[in-house]
Amino acid sequence: MSLFTKAISLAAAATMAATLMSSASFAEDGTGQQLYPLFTYRTGPYAPSFIPFGAGNIDYLRYINEVEGGVDGVKILVQECETAYTIERGIECYERYKNGYNGALTAAIYPHSSGLDVALTDKARIDKIPIVSPGGGQNIATDGRVFPYQYPLVFDYWSEAQIIVDYIAQQAGGYDKLKGLKIATLYHDSGYGRDTIEPLGILSKKYGFEDIQIPVPHPGEQQQTQWQQIRRAGADWVFLRGWGVMTPVAIKTAARVGFPADRIIGDIWSGSEDDARPAGAAAKGYLAVSVFPPGTDYGILKTLKKDILDKGESDLKDNSKFGTVYYNYGVIEAITFVEALRTGHKKFGNRPLTAAEGQWALENLDIDQKRIAELGAEGLISPLKTSIDNHKGETIAAKIIQWNGQSWDTRTDWIKADASLFADVIKAKAAAYAKEKGIEPRVATN
Amino acid sequence: MTTLQESALSKPLRQPAFGVGILAVGAGLIAAFAVPVLADDYWLSSIIIPTVIMGLAGIGLNLLMGYTGLVSIGSAAFMSIGAFSTYNLLLRAPFLPLPIVLILAGLIAAIAGVIFGLPSLRIKGFYLGASTLGAQFFFEWLFTNFSWFSNDSQSLTISAPRLQILDYDLQSATGRYYLVIATTALLIALAFAIVKSRVGREWMAIRDMDVAASVIGIRVARRKLLSFGISSFFLGIAGALWAFGYLGTSDAHAFNLDKSFQILFIVIIGGVATIFGNFLGAAFIVLTPILLDRLSLIIDLSFLGDQGALANLQHIIFGTIIIVLLIKEPDGLSSLIKRGVEALRPRARSSG
Repeated sequence: MSLFTKAISLAAAATMAATLMSSASFAEDGTGQQLYPLFTYRTGPYAPSFIPFGAGNIDYLRYINEVEGGVDGVKILVQECETAYTIERGIECYERYKNGYNGALTAAIYPHSSGLDVALTDKARIDKIPIVSPGGGQNIATDGRVFPYQYPLVFDYWSEAQIIVDYIAQQAGGYDKLKGLKIATLYHDSGYGRDTIEPLGILSKKYGFEDIQIPVPHPGEQQQTQWQQIRRAGADWVFLRGWGVMTPVAIKTAARVGFPADRIIGDIWSGSEDDARPAGAAAKGYLAVSVFPPGTDYGILKTLKKDILDKGESDLKDNSKFGTVYYNYGVIEAITFVEALRTGHKKFGNRPLTAAEGQWALENLDIDQKRIAELGAEGLISPLKTSIDNHKGETIAAKIIQWNGQSWDTRTDWIKADASLFADVIKAKAAAYAKEKGIEPRVATN
Repeated sequence: MTTLQESALSKPLRQPAFGVGILAVGAGLIAAFAVPVLADDYWLSSIIIPTVIMGLAGIGLNLLMGYTGLVSIGSAAFMSIGAFSTYNLLLRAPFLPLPIVLILAGLIAAIAGVIFGLPSLRIKGFYLGASTLGAQFFFEWLFTNFSWFSNDSQSLTISAPRLQILDYDLQSATGRYYLVIATTALLIALAFAIVKSRVGREWMAIRDMDVAASVIGIRVARRKLLSFGISSFFLGIAGALWAFGYLGTSDAHAFNLDKSFQILFIVIIGGVATIFGNFLGAAFIVLTPILLDRLSLIIDLSFLGDQGALANLQHIIFGTIIIVLLIKEPDGLSSLIKRGVEALRPRARSSG
């Protein structure tokens, strides 16, 4: 009998599951609102970086909703979906929210994972849903003629390589001084890490510095050999393209072999407080590339502190994370979403946008210096202008920041990458992709 | 009395179940092909397709573990071989039709399976498990370090160049569903045929006592390698479907150790030495986390005060369900259902 009850309860559970999944009738009505499906990873190995990042996103959108009364009067409905940073759960979240939620429309999806961004490429093309990955998109998707629905906004690693070389040239006293210098790249041995091999090869030919590439296998808890190799080669600078635990280990090992920290420049994913702090005293003077500059002195950050944080409405549990790299990254990302909506409202009217309208808006973004000033984001973001030909933004820029032992100091203003240098290589890669997949590239009409 | 004797005699041959079986298979097939009419993209793409593919992978491991009694924790490696082989065959031999490519990819995975199955001739149990772990790490390393396998793609990812059978495009959710369900249906039939054949019975003999099996003349070594080969064939095709029928685009890390463990859990939770149990196990592993997430949307849990606590709570509940299930029903979900159905039977008889 107990088995019978078990079978019945199993059937009951299955029925309940079916009801739950098909309807969400208990949830609030979202008609007239713009959906922002927030892909979270509050669990899993990368949760510590998500928590401030998600909070930056939520706090900014809360500010827009509650203080500014929405984007041009349109309220944003934030709906969280936990992916645990896995692709499977991410796809489920994408399928769940691609067509909106309870009347609220989806204009764009921010997958918050480079792997998920890649995995959604084909699906998004079929579903016609824009996929936006500020700082973490696919570089070849810059070519919006081949990738109409991918938006690798703000940054890419090829531009990063250029910015590093530009900074080193500045320090050396000109591009002609690069000749004979030795720049070693210590990279996480993965697709992400290997992405800078090709651009640095091109740059080394152009400027005549010696390009040394050294891989570190994941996760990178042991780097003695690699750093001895760097010492032996007599490298002048190290470009550290780390990920997770690899970064603090690199900084500590560098100190042990006697390589100066102020000659190591970290990648954007090696440049958060949690990358430098665990290395302790060894990290003092360590440099990093920053597209998401930390700090609380920006106008918008002050506003958020006054209207959200001080009123106890922040998503942060630990207020010391306010103004950190990942928190500001979240704020910047939310700004790109809100500004895209504003762009769309100008053309389509002040109402929730559909995915097709969202795609148009993302393709016609123009956050210029004036707009940045209005946003109170001077110094926080650099101008961002997109088009059909360029889904990343016309000028890619980053700052160099330095760890003072407690926090980051900004060392430079925006260093702009010369977009023309690699444009043809990227276009050719996109064209090859189009051929492999049988995609007919769009022609820019407007 | 006679009925009792008959049924007792016929049980090993499963004859009464046979007619019912055919009916069930027919009904199942009709239902399977009608699904896209009823289900929307969400159901197809994120619920049904992954469950069916993981169930298929479960069959692959179950043939090895449940029927032959050999432990493997490298199942995902063979899936990745299937996925990367499919990609390269589609890319480099564009004249081959998709079904042939899938079969070839399965065969390539099978060869790898036989090679990595060689240690099973000397070692058993946990030691063999550890050696299959070698396959897991080797192939993840191979596909990450040699970009030839991903056609020198920048991000080391593979995505299907074309997914079509006889000019019929299978890119849509419905198309991918039909590809997955048709392949799975054929492979289920194959799995049943193998299990019921002489080979299947010899596998079970080896599982129950390999010394006795060799005494009665079973060539144990050959049968073990064959088991590795066939298991990997299933896993390879499941891997190709996972990469292109479900994910769309993937890399070697989509087939990491976590995935191997997931398949292992599917077999244990669904039921060792069963075929359909794997789909129950897959449904459990794939759907429970989604269900819990959905529940948290509907039930007001704001007293927890924290989305992070809520997300972690789901993991705790999922783990607890697994533990309770395995204590209450160590033979897995399929046995639970079988006994449930048997418990219903005498009632029906007495009332009728």
